[in-house]
Amino acid sequence: MRARGLVKRYGEREALRGIDLSVEAGERVAIIGPNGAGKTTLLSILAGIVRPDRGEVRSPNGRVGWVPQQAALYRRLTVEENLLLFARLEGHDDPRASVEEMLELTGLAERRSEIVARLSGGNQQRINIAIGLLSRPAALLLDEPSVGLDPRQRARLWGFVSSLGERGTTVIFSTHDIQEAERYGQRLLVLADGDGLFDGTAEELRAAVHSEAPEAASSDFETAFVAFLQHRGH
Amino acid sequence: MRWLLLKDLQILRRSPLQALLLVLYPILIALLVGFAISRDPDKPRVAFLNEVPEGSRIAVGDGRLPAIGVEDRICAAVECSHVADREEAIDEVRSGDVLAALILPADLVDRLNSLASLNPRTPEVDVIVNEEDPVKARLVDDRIDALLAQANLVAARRIAAEGGRYLGLLIDGGSFEVLGQSIEILGLRRTASILESVRPVLPPGPLRDALDEVLRFAGLARGNLDVAEPLLDRVAQPIVVDKQVISEPVPPLQVFAIAVAATLTLAFVTVLLVAGSLALEREENAFPRLTRGLVSPTALLVEKVLLGVAIGLVVTLLMLAGVQPFVSLEWSRFGLWVVAVVATGAALGAAGAALGAAAREVRAVSLLAFMVTLPIALLSLVPSGAVGGGVYDLIRALTALFPFRPGLDAIGAALDPAGGSLGEPLAHLAILLVAYAALARLALRRFAAV
Repeated sequence: MRARGLVKRYGEREALRGIDLSVEAGERVAIIGPNGAGKTTLLSILAGIVRPDRGEVRSPNGRVGWVPQQAALYRRLTVEENLLLFARLEGHDDPRASVEEMLELTGLAERRSEIVARLSGGNQQRINIAIGLLSRPAALLLDEPSVGLDPRQRARLWGFVSSLGERGTTVIFSTHDIQEAERYGQRLLVLADGDGLFDGTAEELRAAVHSEAPEAASSDFETAFVAFLQHRGH
Repeated sequence: MRWLLLKDLQILRRSPLQALLLVLYPILIALLVGFAISRDPDKPRVAFLNEVPEGSRIAVGDGRLPAIGVEDRICAAVECSHVADREEAIDEVRSGDVLAALILPADLVDRLNSLASLNPRTPEVDVIVNEEDPVKARLVDDRIDALLAQANLVAARRIAAEGGRYLGLLIDGGSFEVLGQSIEILGLRRTASILESVRPVLPPGPLRDALDEVLRFAGLARGNLDVAEPLLDRVAQPIVVDKQVISEPVPPLQVFAIAVAATLTLAFVTVLLVAGSLALEREENAFPRLTRGLVSPTALLVEKVLLGVAIGLVVTLLMLAGVQPFVSLEWSRFGLWVVAVVATGAALGAAGAALGAAAREVRAVSLLAFMVTLPIALLSLVPSGAVGGGVYDLIRALTALFPFRPGLDAIGAALDPAGGSLGEPLAHLAILLVAYAALARLALRRFAAV
C-alpha cells in the first residue's frame, strides 16, 4: 500500500499535511500520535471513505478491509447473523462457510447465537474485525481497535491481530498508546497536528527520542515520547 | 438488497415492543380517528327531560291542537338520553356523557298559549351545557339553535295547518267542535250557491242589486281565501334551500373516514420506519462500511423505501380488513387499493428517508417524523371555507408539499368510485417521490461524514 503527499482540510483546519506512507505485504504498521493528530483521517483516506484534497493512494488489489473505531455492526442481530449478512453482501459463494471460518478465527463459535449487544466490548471488536476480514483483504486498517477495552480484552484482541499478520495480511492500525504501538507494530508512523514526524521501527523511534530529547532519556518511554513531540513543536 | 431487507426485518422482529408499537399504535389511532369522524354528526347525544304535563295542548282560538309530538321529533334529530330530573341531567352533562341537556319546562305550553292572550309570556326551554372548551361551546350552540329552529318550524307548521283548516271551514263549510258541541258552518261556497239559487226569483230592483253585491263579495272572498291557505303554509317556512353541488361527487363520509384512517396509518408506519431504519444505519456505524463498495447509497435508500412500502402495505390492508365488519368496502377494487397504498407508501417512504438522512439520529428522527407528519395530516383535513381564503391557500400549498394529502386523495379514489380520479393524485405522488428521493440522496452526503 502506497500513499503520497496526502493533504486533507476540514474548513480552516488542516488535518493532514502531505503525508507519505509505504507498507509492504504482511507488515504491521502502527500509526501513533496524540488526539487530533490525523490518525483517523489518514486511515479513512487509506480505506477510501474520505477523499484527500491532494495526494494519491494505491491499494493492493483494490481490497482493503476497514475496521472503524466504533464497532460497525448491528447490535440487535446475533453474531452469526451479522457475519452472514456481510458475507452475503460481499458476494461469497458459500457465505455460511465464510461465517464458520470467521467464528473459528475469532473464537466466538460457541457464542454465535448471542445478540451482539450482550457481548463485551472486546468480543464486539473481534466481530468488528472479523467483518472487516470477510472481504479477504490484502490489507486491514484498524482505527484504535483497543479503545475502551480492559487489559485482558486488549491482550486477546492483539493476539488475534498478530495472528492476522502471521497469515500474511498487512495490518495498519492507529493508537494513542505508545506502548501498544511499540509492542504490536513492526513499524511506527508518528503523526502530530497532521504532520508526519517519524517513520521507522520502535528501536529507531527510541533512538530518535533519546537524541532529540536527551533530558528525558532517563524517563519512561511515554514521557520521553511526549518530550520528543514538544521538541518537534507539538 | 434483499439481504438488507431481511436484516431490517430481523431487527424489527428482534424488537417486539418497537414492532408492536409501530404496527398496533397507528392502527389503534387510525381506527379511533376513523370512527370518530364516521360517527353521524346529526346524532349528538343529548339528555332530554320533558316536564310538560301529559295532555297539554297548544290552543288556537278556542280550539286545541292535537299533540305535535315534539319529543319524538327531537329524539329523531338527536340521540336522547331520557333523564328523570334536572339533577340527573346536570350530572350527565358534567360527566361528558351527553353534549347538552334539553329541558321542556312544565309551563311551556301555558306560555305558548299566553301568546294569544292579553298577557303574553315568552315560551322558554332550558338548555344545560358544559362549555369546557371553545370548540365544544360552538358545537353545542349550533346544535341547540338548529334543534330549536326545527321545533319552532314544527309548531309553526302545525299552527299554519290548523289555521288552514279554519279557512277551509270558512270557504267550504263543515262541522266545528266548540266546548264539546258540534257546530255546522255553512261556508262561503255553499252560501253563494244558496244565494245564486234565490236570485232568479227576485225581481230586478234594489233587493236584487244588494244580493248581487253580496254574491260578488262571496266570490271575491272565496278566491282570496283560496290564496291565503297556501300563503299561510309558506309563512311557516318562507325560505327553502335549493342546494346545487358544483364539485365532483364525493365518497360517503364513512369511506372518507376510512381513507383518512388508512392514510394516517400508512404515513406513521412508513415515515417512522424508513426514517428510523436509515438513522439506525448511522447509529450502528454501519453506513460507511455498507457504502464502501457493498451497497451504493442510492440502493440503500431504495431498500429503505421498499421496506416502508412493504410493511405499510401489510399494515394498511390489515387495517382495512379490520374495518370491514363496520363499514362495507368494495373489495372488487382491491387492485386499486394496492396501487394507491403502494404509491402513497413510496412517496411517504421517500419523505421518511429525507427526514432520516437529515436528522441522522434515531431519537431525533422519531421526534421529527411526528412533528412533521401529525400537523401536516391535520392541516390536510381542513376543508375549504373553514378558514380564511389566504390561510386556506397557504394550507393547500403546504400540504401539497407532503405526500399525505395526495395520498388521502388516491386512497379515497381507490376505495370508492365517487372518490374522484386516481390519476391526478398518483402523478402528484410520483413527483413528490422523485423530489424527496433526490433530497434524501443529497442529505446522505452529510450522513456519511465521519
